[in-house]
Amino acid sequence: MNIAMFVHSAVTQGIPLLYGSTGEIITEKSGNLNLGIPGVMYVGAISGVIGAFFYENSLADKSRINSALAILIPLLCCLLGSLIMGLIYSFLTTTLRANQNVTGLALTTFGVGIGNFFGGSLIKLVKADITSVALSGTSYCFKRTLPIATKFGKVGEIFFSYSFLAYAAILIAIVAAIFLRKTRPGLNLRAVGENPATADAAGISVAKNKYLATCVGSMIAGLGGLYYVMDYADGVWSNDAFGDRGWLAIALVIFTLWRPDFSIFGSILFGGLYLVHFYLNEFIPMDLGTQSLIQMAPYVVTILVLIVTSMRKKRENQPPASLGLPYFREDR
Amino acid sequence: MERTEAIALKNITKTFGSIVANKNVSLHVFHHEILSILGENGSGKTTLMNMISGIYHPDEGEIFIDGQPASIQSPRDAYRYKIGMIHQHFKLIDVFSATENIVLGMEEGIYDLKAAEKKIRATCKKYGFEIDPTKKIYQMSVSEKQTVEIVKALYRGADILILDEPTAVLTPQEIRKLFDVMRRMRDDGKAIIIITHKLNEVLEISDRVSVLRKGEYIGTINTAEANAGILTEMMVGKKVSLNIERSEPKDLQKRLTLTNVTVLAPDGRAILRNVNFTANAGEILGIAGISGSGQKELLEAIAGLQHLKSGSILYSNPETGREENLRNKTPMQIRNLGVRLSFVPEDRLGMGLVGSMGIADNMMLRSYRKGGFFLLRRKEPRDLAKRIIEELQIVTPGPQTPVRRLSGGNVQKVLVGREISSSPTVLMAAYPVRGLDINSSYLIYNLLMKQKENGVAVIFVGEDLDVLTELCDRILVISGGVVTGIVDGRDVTKEELGLLMTKAHHREEEAQ
Amino acid sequence: MNLTGEKLKREPLIHISKRGALPFWKSWLIRLGAIAASLLVCAIITYTLTKINPLSVFAALVQGAVGTTRKIWTLLQGVAMLLCVALAVTPAFKMRFWNIGAEGQVLMGGFAAAACMILFGDKLQPTVLLLVVILSSIVAGAIWAVIPAIFKAFWNTNETLFTLMMNYIVMQIIAFFSHVWANPKGSGQINTINERTEAGWLPVIGNYPYLLNILIVAVLTVAVYIYLTHSKHGYEIAVVGESENTAKYIGINVRKVIIRTMLLSGALCGVAGLLLVAGTDHTIKSDTAGGRGFTAIMVSWLAKFNPLVMILTSLLLIFMQQGAGEISSGLGLNKSFSDILSGVIIFFIIGSEFFIQYQIKFRKHKEVEAK
Repeated sequence: MNIAMFVHSAVTQGIPLLYGSTGEIITEKSGNLNLGIPGVMYVGAISGVIGAFFYENSLADKSRINSALAILIPLLCCLLGSLIMGLIYSFLTTTLRANQNVTGLALTTFGVGIGNFFGGSLIKLVKADITSVALSGTSYCFKRTLPIATKFGKVGEIFFSYSFLAYAAILIAIVAAIFLRKTRPGLNLRAVGENPATADAAGISVAKNKYLATCVGSMIAGLGGLYYVMDYADGVWSNDAFGDRGWLAIALVIFTLWRPDFSIFGSILFGGLYLVHFYLNEFIPMDLGTQSLIQMAPYVVTILVLIVTSMRKKRENQPPASLGLPYFREDR
Repeated sequence: MERTEAIALKNITKTFGSIVANKNVSLHVFHHEILSILGENGSGKTTLMNMISGIYHPDEGEIFIDGQPASIQSPRDAYRYKIGMIHQHFKLIDVFSATENIVLGMEEGIYDLKAAEKKIRATCKKYGFEIDPTKKIYQMSVSEKQTVEIVKALYRGADILILDEPTAVLTPQEIRKLFDVMRRMRDDGKAIIIITHKLNEVLEISDRVSVLRKGEYIGTINTAEANAGILTEMMVGKKVSLNIERSEPKDLQKRLTLTNVTVLAPDGRAILRNVNFTANAGEILGIAGISGSGQKELLEAIAGLQHLKSGSILYSNPETGREENLRNKTPMQIRNLGVRLSFVPEDRLGMGLVGSMGIADNMMLRSYRKGGFFLLRRKEPRDLAKRIIEELQIVTPGPQTPVRRLSGGNVQKVLVGREISSSPTVLMAAYPVRGLDINSSYLIYNLLMKQKENGVAVIFVGEDLDVLTELCDRILVISGGVVTGIVDGRDVTKEELGLLMTKAHHREEEAQ
Repeated sequence: MNLTGEKLKREPLIHISKRGALPFWKSWLIRLGAIAASLLVCAIITYTLTKINPLSVFAALVQGAVGTTRKIWTLLQGVAMLLCVALAVTPAFKMRFWNIGAEGQVLMGGFAAAACMILFGDKLQPTVLLLVVILSSIVAGAIWAVIPAIFKAFWNTNETLFTLMMNYIVMQIIAFFSHVWANPKGSGQINTINERTEAGWLPVIGNYPYLLNILIVAVLTVAVYIYLTHSKHGYEIAVVGESENTAKYIGINVRKVIIRTMLLSGALCGVAGLLLVAGTDHTIKSDTAGGRGFTAIMVSWLAKFNPLVMILTSLLLIFMQQGAGEISSGLGLNKSFSDILSGVIIFFIIGSEFFIQYQIKFRKHKEVEAK
């Protein structure tokens, strides 16, 4: 057992969470509590899978896969699928002012349903001649790492052994953090989430910001699903394998106090907690039962953070003030 | 000094439904001057200013900016015309810093908070503001928040500044500072409008005064030629007879006695300070004051909804003859003591009634605990609802129609009707005729009068001085949380009340 | 500075405003229209994916949902269980307390039942055991619900996120005990508990294994309906949900009401867990609640928190679920197909509320100018 391997696994485990939480943070900053994120991530994943599936199946010779296309097609499909999910949520909650919690939960039901349905029925639907959805060619392209990864030993394994989507996740989180803190659109977005009436009075379009944040947030979250299936799961789709990672991503948003830069470390920490039992097992033998208790940790920690912040009432650490509330100008 | 016209309003009229907020108002404001707009509550000052700052649009009339006709549809448009308004309720985002709030929604140039901070500091230096641009709003005092609002307006290049009741929330020292700043801005060529109802401030700060009364423009005079007497007369007008038949109080009995009642606001300011008075059974005690002087807190303190810092509220129970101290008791405990206290709060749908419920269910609010063990008894409230609908001529499709859907007057009748129906010994009503038409108002006056004749101690918080002087037996005047006088309702003139309402002697106390 | 021309262009064409009361029949017409539209979309989706003739889609749905007596029983059981959880979340929702932790509260109730069955299966009298099972599951559900309620009442801790997290904690607890009590050992699963003795199992009425559950839920539906609309507690819940200020004004102890209501909400979830574990499954897994905690929220919301209408909304969802499930399994497709259709139906119904609450006016330019 070595620590480099553990860090490596924690990071690969954490990346989908990072995508999910970055996307949800941007969404929540606009005042939209999108509980549909788990569904969005499923749709992101399955859209990518469908794209890759059709591309791979269109090839006569799978070994002559074009790596640019193999990456681009699933990527675009994933973004498109997640965008549609974001649009559904935005249309219902912002334009039609539907309740955010109910819409979000319905979106999760819908999205997980789409993921599992197409994942489980794709072969049947296109009458393909294979037994399972295993996109090894595409996955190979997605998993390519930097050549220097192997040259630097453990340092290389900890820092350079990931695929481009992993680095992209970190980059997006950093960009999101800078966007929220240091740019004018970021300021406007935060204003909308804090106090839409004030933002409106200052001439900021509340609806436009909510739509944009939710859709961009969904697309980022969708990438988490894509990373999971193409990289972590080696291109093999199995139903429900993604599990509760979407909810963990939402927990991570609270845990990191709505800060995408904290989320980079938070996601790796959560990723580590997800598998720490495998590694602890080598030092302290423990049964599978105890391991599931350890898996509880991210949720317990999140609740503690939630409780402590609500008791301390430090204003910077609170959820956006209008989170979950609809805005209608004439209600003022 | 050259006097150029900044704003001209010509024949502005604005109505909300059947209520006329402004009628044919014409006004001129010049650069290099401070203009006070003086008027009682409900005289249409804020509505008028909201039309200049783009919140409302006038129904009739024209606005000229720098001599050109202007169309102001939104606050954004107002800024384009270099108009900045500082509202009574600040439009700031708590978790943002001052700088972030100031630049919010601006689109010009690159986004550089450091540069903005520098510019803000320069503005502050120029006019003598003291704020830290990096400080978060939630860490600021009210006065600092106000300063941020003013700087925000200046930062956007405002040449015309409108301040809505800026001194209401400030301490004397802060007011002095604000006035210094306002003078400096005036000397810099800005046109400044200050909405207020405090005579001493008008006399101190402004160059000219325009007076509004009940939505109408009364006139403008140079401050140098004005004094408190002239202004009060312009503000309150000649006495209008309302023909309320006021009966002589008889069989007066002490019912409620407040001694040294002090209540603090959440931010630690004293919102009521050493209030003393007695309310008697068989009379109507009026409470007069500028809105926000502590009337709401006073009634809530009696009703058990405010925590008393000190003092006592004694209730003399007519049945047992015992005296009960209501201090810091919950509404439940007060009721359990056998105190029959009715309270018509100012916020009818947000506090007195449940908007989504029908009249019948709203009747139950006070009485639902009675009778039965677990289940509600709906028959009595339903009968009561029917009776009230009939007696008070409430217009409603039926007792089950949500009260939110009724008109303001009918909502008020529901509320007053319920509060009276429990045959109270004390009846408190806050602005019970606000937003009501003449007929409904008279109906309410008569109801209050009848209660008084039945030996109820009625406490009536009002804003129309004509009504107060014709309806009430005694009038308590409150200003800034302090009782500035208790006068006989039959003898007092509106001018005397106006002076008491704007009396600011407590400011000196606070300054010590 | 002439802005007039530009202004007119910016005036929005569509003006949205709150509307007054719609007549009862009109609002239901809008809802029925939305359901019809959603069914149409469902038919189109089904047709594109399966190439079943759109008309026969509906026949297949009906056939799949209520085609045989067995299917009808399964349908009723499904409705009963979903309805039970929906009844549980409703009091909290009426109070505007966003309990999305029903999933966890149901699981906790079920877990407590299973734990008692396992631990005391051969130690207690059958009747005593049954009582212990019933009581412990109700108490466990209530406890799991009251924890976030206490934090909400005293520190205003965000209950949506709190209750959501609680769901996953209980799933891990069950995963842990699935290993501890694994049967057979090492399988990581709990098999049917007390299969031989049936100790702690709820009795079966006649030959109908689901009948007891259905009857209990039917009674609960009426009880919750009465509780919400005719009891003093229900009245207090409505007042607190509408305006905390009004509640304080009339002397309601808001904290007490929040905690009491969540105790009830959790207890009812506990009942659902009891029925699932001691009534039908006789085992516990981390997916015993089967997502009902989330679906129930939608059931309750779509019914505007009216328990009697909730019978219809849960029937609609279960009907679609079972019908679509049969269609997909008949064609060898994944049964998650039904989730897609449920999602579509819910989207349409929650979207339709907008047209009940608001009206859209198309503004004419002339009017703007005249103003």
